[in-house]
Amino acid sequence: MFKVKVYVTTKANVLDPQGTAVQQALHTMGYGDVEEVRIGKYLELTIDTEDRAQAEADVEKMCKQLLANPVVEDYRYELED
Amino acid sequence: MKVAVLVFPGSNCDWDCVHAAEETLAEATVERVWHTTEDLTGYDLIMVPGGFSYGDYLRSGAIARFAPVMNAVAKAADKGAYVLGICNGFQILTEAGLLPGALRRNTGLKFRCHHSKLRVVQSNTAFTSEYGQDEVIDIPIAHGEGNYYCDEQTLEQLKRNNQIVFTYEENPNGSLEHIAGIINEQGNVLGMMPHPERAVSDLLGSKDGVRMFQSIMKVWRERHATNVN
Repeated sequence: MFKVKVYVTTKANVLDPQGTAVQQALHTMGYGDVEEVRIGKYLELTIDTEDRAQAEADVEKMCKQLLANPVVEDYRYELED
Repeated sequence: MKVAVLVFPGSNCDWDCVHAAEETLAEATVERVWHTTEDLTGYDLIMVPGGFSYGDYLRSGAIARFAPVMNAVAKAADKGAYVLGICNGFQILTEAGLLPGALRRNTGLKFRCHHSKLRVVQSNTAFTSEYGQDEVIDIPIAHGEGNYYCDEQTLEQLKRNNQIVFTYEENPNGSLEHIAGIINEQGNVLGMMPHPERAVSDLLGSKDGVRMFQSIMKVWRERHATNVN
């Protein structure tokens, strides 16, 4: 059994309007030193298998095909026993 | 002419599409087709309507893309059927890889719902032949994620192949190069954020959408006549 943590983030060269809005709010709060805010998604998957290599290969495909949109998003993931 | 209007859980412009197609395509049979359908053989035009398929969970269009009917759409498009994706339909077509790029959150973060002026930058398509080149038309928009994005290489391709069909006169969402609608290289799959099906009568404030349906009818007739001979 693996617990998988998937992080999906907006590509560096793609504007993140939500992040910009949050950054502005932080500036209003007085945190003027916040240079950038990027908003992403965090997903937790539990995969019922003992085969780590297979689980990793599967998660890679899941990310590419569904969990992230490679046109505008990057992804990374961690597998925990 | 046979028209399919796809219906996903959360579609909400399907009846508008049916109404517009029935009003503007005199000889057409228009059917609503549920997302579990696996075969779209025989349909000349497939409309992927607006709405919030699967609640826009994960990303707009991301889940709908895996509905059984989308394999059938890809097959039908491959065989030359016309596919028109409007709003959420456009988002689904990009997620499915039938059109390049992606639609991101509007830069102003607001859901924009109002009439918009579009420029027909490519009137030489099956969907726009009844418009003048560079004609400005009035078609409403209603979306929160219509901010078209693609990488530079893809943008070059779109330009080189004349695949940018509509641009906004006033960019409502931060869309790259003011893009409002694009077509695939083969010229039979068009995606656009604005709603031509909501612009088919003066009562609705504009009937500039009518000519899009008339354009499709025209090519269908030409094709059909050739087949008969």
